[in-house]
Amino acid sequence: MIAAFFERLNETSGLNFSVFYDAFDQSRFLTGLWTTTYICVVSIIASLALGLLGTWVAGSQSRLGRLLVRGYVQFFRNTPPLVQLSFFYFAVASLLPTVSDGFGGQSPLVSGTGWAIVAFSLFAGAFNVEIFRAGIEAVPSTTVEAAESLGYTRLQLYIHVVLPLAFRICLPALNNNLINLVKTTTLAYAIGVPELLYAASQIWSEVFNVREMMNVLLVTYVALVAVLVWVMGRWERALRIPGYST
Amino acid sequence: MASRHELGEPVVVVEGVEKSFGALKVLKDVALTVRRGETVCIIGPSGSGKSTLLRCINGLVPISKGSIKLAGREVNDKNLDKLSLRRDVGIVFQQYNLFPHKNALQNVMMAPIHVLKQDKAEVEARARKLLAKVGLSDKLSTYPGELSGGQQQRVAIARSLAMNPKVMLFDEVTAALDPETKKEVLVTIQDLAAEGMTCILVTHEMGFAREVADHVYFTDGGLIVEHAAPAELFGNPREERTKAFLDKVL
Repeated sequence: MIAAFFERLNETSGLNFSVFYDAFDQSRFLTGLWTTTYICVVSIIASLALGLLGTWVAGSQSRLGRLLVRGYVQFFRNTPPLVQLSFFYFAVASLLPTVSDGFGGQSPLVSGTGWAIVAFSLFAGAFNVEIFRAGIEAVPSTTVEAAESLGYTRLQLYIHVVLPLAFRICLPALNNNLINLVKTTTLAYAIGVPELLYAASQIWSEVFNVREMMNVLLVTYVALVAVLVWVMGRWERALRIPGYST
Repeated sequence: MASRHELGEPVVVVEGVEKSFGALKVLKDVALTVRRGETVCIIGPSGSGKSTLLRCINGLVPISKGSIKLAGREVNDKNLDKLSLRRDVGIVFQQYNLFPHKNALQNVMMAPIHVLKQDKAEVEARARKLLAKVGLSDKLSTYPGELSGGQQQRVAIARSLAMNPKVMLFDEVTAALDPETKKEVLVTIQDLAAEGMTCILVTHEMGFAREVADHVYFTDGGLIVEHAAPAELFGNPREERTKAFLDKVL
């Protein structure tokens, strides 16, 4: 039904939304959507893990560890993500060995998608370190003191008291960073990862429907971010503490 | 009124303790002994080092000089397991400092489960009893943010008691409360003292100190100016400084 509508729309008005009726374009676009979603989900999870790990090390006794985290945050926060991505894809990848692809050829050890995930995780992770640190610093020292005087070890203190509170405090800032991450994934276009923007550009360069595809692309990103915002919003509500405002 | 029960061996022995924060000397040669079952009140003007002394006793604040022995163990010993020390000492703070993301029952249950690794069902049964004891049986699933100051403070007391401490420290626990809720908390502490719990209170509640304490210490400027049984200290203070302070507050 939808396909018939858009096919007619093309015939009558010349507005060519080929992704809705052309099976080939549709499959390319859906592959792009899937790749983008995949990069987003993996990068979000990895960046959260990196953020947590970085925050933990930054707060530890080890001077070297603290220095490393500071360096990491400074490096990835102060350089453009497109440059980081190019650095990994063109510079780092060329130092890695290639593997046989089983058909007599050689393929790189890490795919473009893989490098995109690595770069975006590191990029967003650096911001997450700062976001989590701000959240942890906002946990009242008196609450920490109470847990310490009950005999909590540092790890127990973090797991049961500091992180649950810090996480609630930093959720709004974290939301912003993760939304940014979703939008940043379009940069993977530059290294030929078949994500949404890449798929769209392939379609419009063959079908010559740039304006239509631009609209489809924008609406798709609005929807993608809306899904993320909805999930985070539910999470925030689920974590709400009666009588406590962060 | 004092010594309603037999006093046991010394639980807390403080000798020649000094504490400086940078150039500021907060404690100067402080000595104090608290026996098992005794209730001791520390009174004195703000900034006299009372709260710092309490924090030194459970090792939250390291001392600069001297010795603090808790149940025979030197608190200042670098090799001492501070965590095991803190399990023996309950401390209740002026600002309650409950865990805001956990309800009353969970607040009381957390430390025995996480720190002492005790069985959850047993801990819960004990936590329910403790909350009943402080009069909060109907607030088990209420979060700290929904409790009044006095109720929060009583949860905090139950939370400390759940660890079965050898001594309880109270750091101006009623300072942030209105007169009515203050009373609830003081009655709770009085009951505790009557049961034979060793209690050290830093307080501005002169009436409470007079009535409940076995022994009262008056501190000023990081020194213990004088100490005596409450009847004596309040009725017939020896030092001019004590007299001047009591004249102002009573």
